[in-house]
Amino acid sequence: MASDQSPEFKVIGTRPVRPDGIDKVTGRAKYGADYALPGMLHGKVLRSPHAHARIRSINVERALRLPGVKAIVTGADFPEVKGVMAQVGELIVNTHYLSLNVMARDKTLYDGHAVAAVAATSKHIAEEALELIEVDYEVLPPVMTAEEAMRPDAPVLLEELRTRLMTHRTDPGSPEGPDRPSNVPGHIRFERGDLAAGFRAADFVVEREFVTAAVHQGYIEPQNALAVYGADELVTIYCSTQGAFNVRTLTSSVLGIPEGRIRVVPAEIGGGFGGKTTVYLEPVAALLAKKSGRPVKMVMTRAEVLRATGPTSGIKARVKIGATRNGQITAAEVWLAYEAGAFPGSPFAPGAMCTLAPYNIENLRIDSFDVVVNRPKVAAYRAPGSPASAFACECVIDELAEQCRLDPLEFRLRNASHEGTPQPAGPAFKKIGLVETLEAIRASDHYRAPLEGPSRGRGVACGFWFNGGLQSSAVVNIHSDGSVSVVTGSVDIGGTRATQAMIVAETLGVPVEDVRPVVADTDSIGQTDVTGGSRTALATGMAVLEAANDALAQLISRAAKLWDKKPNEVVFAEGTFRPADGGAPPMTLRQLAGRLARTGGPVVGRATVNAGAVGAVGNAFATVCVDVEVDPDTAKVRILRCTIAQDVGRALHPAYVEGQLQGALAQGIGWALNEEYFYDQKGTLRNFGLLDYRMPTCLDLPMIETLVVEVPNPHHPLGVRGVGEVGIVPPMAAVANAIYRAVGVRMAELPMSPPRLLKAMLATRAEPFEEQATAAD
Amino acid sequence: MANKVIVETTINGDPVELLCEPRQSLLEVLRDVLELTGSKEGCLTGDCGACTVVIDGRPVCSCLMLGVEAAGKQISTVEGLASGTALHVLQQKFLEHASLQCGICTPGFLMSAKALLDHNPNPTEAEIRYALAGNLCRCTGYDKIVRAVTDAAATMAGRSRPAHGAVPAETASGMTGEMLAKGEVK
Repeated sequence: MASDQSPEFKVIGTRPVRPDGIDKVTGRAKYGADYALPGMLHGKVLRSPHAHARIRSINVERALRLPGVKAIVTGADFPEVKGVMAQVGELIVNTHYLSLNVMARDKTLYDGHAVAAVAATSKHIAEEALELIEVDYEVLPPVMTAEEAMRPDAPVLLEELRTRLMTHRTDPGSPEGPDRPSNVPGHIRFERGDLAAGFRAADFVVEREFVTAAVHQGYIEPQNALAVYGADELVTIYCSTQGAFNVRTLTSSVLGIPEGRIRVVPAEIGGGFGGKTTVYLEPVAALLAKKSGRPVKMVMTRAEVLRATGPTSGIKARVKIGATRNGQITAAEVWLAYEAGAFPGSPFAPGAMCTLAPYNIENLRIDSFDVVVNRPKVAAYRAPGSPASAFACECVIDELAEQCRLDPLEFRLRNASHEGTPQPAGPAFKKIGLVETLEAIRASDHYRAPLEGPSRGRGVACGFWFNGGLQSSAVVNIHSDGSVSVVTGSVDIGGTRATQAMIVAETLGVPVEDVRPVVADTDSIGQTDVTGGSRTALATGMAVLEAANDALAQLISRAAKLWDKKPNEVVFAEGTFRPADGGAPPMTLRQLAGRLARTGGPVVGRATVNAGAVGAVGNAFATVCVDVEVDPDTAKVRILRCTIAQDVGRALHPAYVEGQLQGALAQGIGWALNEEYFYDQKGTLRNFGLLDYRMPTCLDLPMIETLVVEVPNPHHPLGVRGVGEVGIVPPMAAVANAIYRAVGVRMAELPMSPPRLLKAMLATRAEPFEEQATAAD
Repeated sequence: MANKVIVETTINGDPVELLCEPRQSLLEVLRDVLELTGSKEGCLTGDCGACTVVIDGRPVCSCLMLGVEAAGKQISTVEGLASGTALHVLQQKFLEHASLQCGICTPGFLMSAKALLDHNPNPTEAEIRYALAGNLCRCTGYDKIVRAVTDAAATMAGRSRPAHGAVPAETASGMTGEMLAKGEVK
């Protein structure tokens, strides 16, 4: 368990105020929409009202004549982009489809798909101009769910797609099935052992089907971009993004402009959760800026965010797991179908790789499918793919534990993965802390406290996420007054400036307040992948540590030079340099910093890292315990108490670590109970506002208890695993399992909203309630 | 034909004369006309609270009010919360409790919390949650926000009077309920 401060550290493990804090509580911090430039135009996007349609023609004549309108772009203004599968940070991006998603060409594939964009002297004029653009659509039948889209007679979204079978995440795959258009571009399969023998050895077998709704990341700040296209053909983009380098690469491929001609300045970011790792507005704003010759700013409305930016996949799942009477899992078979939205690229592979990762299972088969449907193209969302598939498996695990008459934590502990256990995808786990999180919950005040009262129940579940590595760069500047700046390319989405300052302060022995972290633009720092994949404290932290150590080594040489010693004759401890032989008075870092000019000039520490492929580095587990109370009349679920235990490796800044755990659990509770998209029969989104897309408010949640488990990551110099994502994996099943114990109903569909839960509850009651069940449908 | 209207109002204690179109929301006027970008746009439908300002003592979603309606009102925005370089207790407590992650919702929470504490200096946890239910935060799960407001109230109560903007006690009862219906507040 985490103590707030480990004895070997002075700064790491403490809770300093974040360096960007004052800017963010005074309104001074500049987020994407807060930027403005002289002569700036405002851009707006015309979006398809049809889920599936062919564009016969677009007429912009009337719109162009509206006073104040300066430029209009449609798909015809965008270059043809070849389909290249580009690894962009943790994403694998098909650039052809990315281009089609940014601006539709001959077909619109979801309600909200961009078909044209206008730049005008005010946003109101731009909005008026949108109404003057005439688009002639041939409406086609939409396909809204994975199940429908997989039927052989389903309308085809993209004629060129064929099913490919993959055996690992980056496998290009080989053709599977008949050579004809398919809505299922990807199928991944993992298998080992003898499934039939495994199920024969089981005393109990539970087989269930599940459906989860697509949910949105729900960041409070809508997407935005401000683009300048200079006469020198240099493009500058100010935007809110999780990865400025991603924006540069993706904008370059969509517009056919070399990356070197694009500079991306990351603004402060108002939430992302994975949803701001791709581009929507950036290439459009750049093209409008080129066409108008003026800076163009675009900001999405909330309706646009919900209609056209990536949610995560809704899935359909079938899970069959067998276990012996003493609680040993003997076999598991899992079938998953992930809705990708309009273009291939759902998290179907990570979903398959994570779903049974907490368990050591000898005989298993997991099939997972990528399915295109007439919905917005999904984007990453916190542990992409894992939460939905974990919901399915963790509900079945709970049912098996019950059949074995075992405590659900005990059942999990009997099968828990540990160092050496093969993952579903094959490779063995290195040192991991699943067992520690299960035991932390078992020993918690929460789990040991009795839960009494009618319609109340307690549920637990656990989950896995890889945590990323990838590339980061860092520069540490020693200034002449002894202050230090640390420059990285990692956008600060939740306090990472604080952890970077702390790592530098720890290494150099300076007060944390003397370290100023800077988030640089793409011209001012080396390649740095997204703030995502739980990788910033981990990988950028690694780069910052190495850069600080690089600066320290140079400082030691400078001290040696001053004393006419060799570097190995200088001792550095607690921020002070001293000659090993005591032949000269010690020097503080500040004193030495003042003498750098005389010893060879400034000291700049530098480091770049590639902390490894996704999945190879962090490997985090979390276990969640939830108490609920179900209103017997309305089926509204109240969360009475919730606790999350997560293995974070090492908590650099415990308050921000707790915050990540709490935020992940809160999003999971929203996913469990409320959040879903309502599409009508025509495929039109009906709840495109935050009143009807209902995210948890502070009235919906209790305090969120955190158990920060620290099983240091042996592959990281500070033991860090990364912390952002895995907390969202267990909550849905934990809530479902709690609801079962409260009212005896096993829910197989998310969200477990009052109408859906009430229907399930009434179905278990006596005959006279039948009528109500229909009414509640 | 002139499209714009002159509006005389008071913002963060300063008299302000501004020119805006009748169709511009107060939020748009604050951000685009006056360059007070601390108030954030999250939804434009009054559902997220990121644009909350305090008008004549009440929290209001500035996206639901027209700029021209600001005439004659006393408007407080996040930019006016600190006294010079001295942070308001709420700002200090939000920092100490790590109550913000991305920070986009923070100005709105601060203004809603200020309105609450101005009317009810000693709120219960339930009252705090009720008063802040019109503000969405997607990062924190609200735990550390509620703790910061609780701590701020305790800290302010330790003084002889609230640090900022005390209001007469008789307006306190029932305010939290009214405050939730921000959109109706004129």
